[in-house]
Amino acid sequence: MPSIQAEGDKHHAERRAEAHGDHHEDSHDHGSVRSYMTGFVLSVVLTAIPFAVVMGGGFESRLLTAAVVVGLAVVQILVHMVYFLHMNTRSDEGWTMMALIFTVVILVIVLAGSLWVMYHMNTNMMPQMDHEALGLGS
Amino acid sequence: MSTVSPQAPGDFWEVEPHHHHEGASTSIGFWVYLMSDCLMFAILFATFGVLGGSYAAGPGPKDLFDLELVALNTAFLLLSSITYGLAMLAMVKNNKGGTLGWLAVTLVFGLAFLAVELYEFSHLIHLGAGPQRSAFLSSFFALVGTHGLHVAFGCLWLVTLMIQVGQRGLIPANRRRLSCLSMFWHFLDVIWIGVFTFVYLLGMI
Repeated sequence: MPSIQAEGDKHHAERRAEAHGDHHEDSHDHGSVRSYMTGFVLSVVLTAIPFAVVMGGGFESRLLTAAVVVGLAVVQILVHMVYFLHMNTRSDEGWTMMALIFTVVILVIVLAGSLWVMYHMNTNMMPQMDHEALGLGS
Repeated sequence: MSTVSPQAPGDFWEVEPHHHHEGASTSIGFWVYLMSDCLMFAILFATFGVLGGSYAAGPGPKDLFDLELVALNTAFLLLSSITYGLAMLAMVKNNKGGTLGWLAVTLVFGLAFLAVELYEFSHLIHLGAGPQRSAFLSSFFALVGTHGLHVAFGCLWLVTLMIQVGQRGLIPANRRRLSCLSMFWHFLDVIWIGVFTFVYLLGMI
């Protein structure tokens, strides 16, 4: 396929010229070795800490352990978004960021709503609760 | 009667569709797909969050999960993410051999992840802790299994693209496809962060 290959090369050369022309404001950011390695090292650290904490038995307070594990996960998700998925407010005129924000809003509603509603259903509507309320024991 | 002079439609309406170069909207379209996939995982996470404590007098996370195995799997997926990134960088440099090489390494890590996960599943089912044992295990298998299925299809896609790139080189269409799979692959790693945090680590605390 020499002609297709040549076409590909030509296209690439054009794109490279474009990228150099407008000072790397290419909407498709492919990152660099440096950015990928930064993301990788951060991810390894952010994965190793929660695993070490939990495998080592955790802190005295289970709530603190859970908070640390979840907090580090949130940071790691942000690291992946920035360094691996190249999220920014510029690509596709900001529409990828808009789609992400919309998804996060729905996601929070689905997760928080389900957990909240089902928790209250469980605690308020389980049959044994009637017995406890009547003082008959469960 | 009428003083309005008839105009050719072209003067009033834009008859010609806007010209975008082929594939210009692929990345945003694929991103929207990933966001809808993310919502599907959100529902599976919510289901696990609700049912994750319903053991039906059966085994719980502490009886079943082996964190060393999960750490190994996490390492495989994280390494596959960075090797896919290196494949993309080789693609930008127009290095076909390098791209194919790093894609092959990514595939090996992806398959290793699947092998460990299948081993874990078969081990659980062998213990009698299959998806039918309790609501906790049903939601566990649904969530982790769906992620594993995504990785399996990602591997299939990876093989397809390696053949495409091998046969036709790094043509614009293949670059576009590699970018899409790149998003898909890194997205699966993001989902895995949620899985190992909420299913495995929080279950073992």
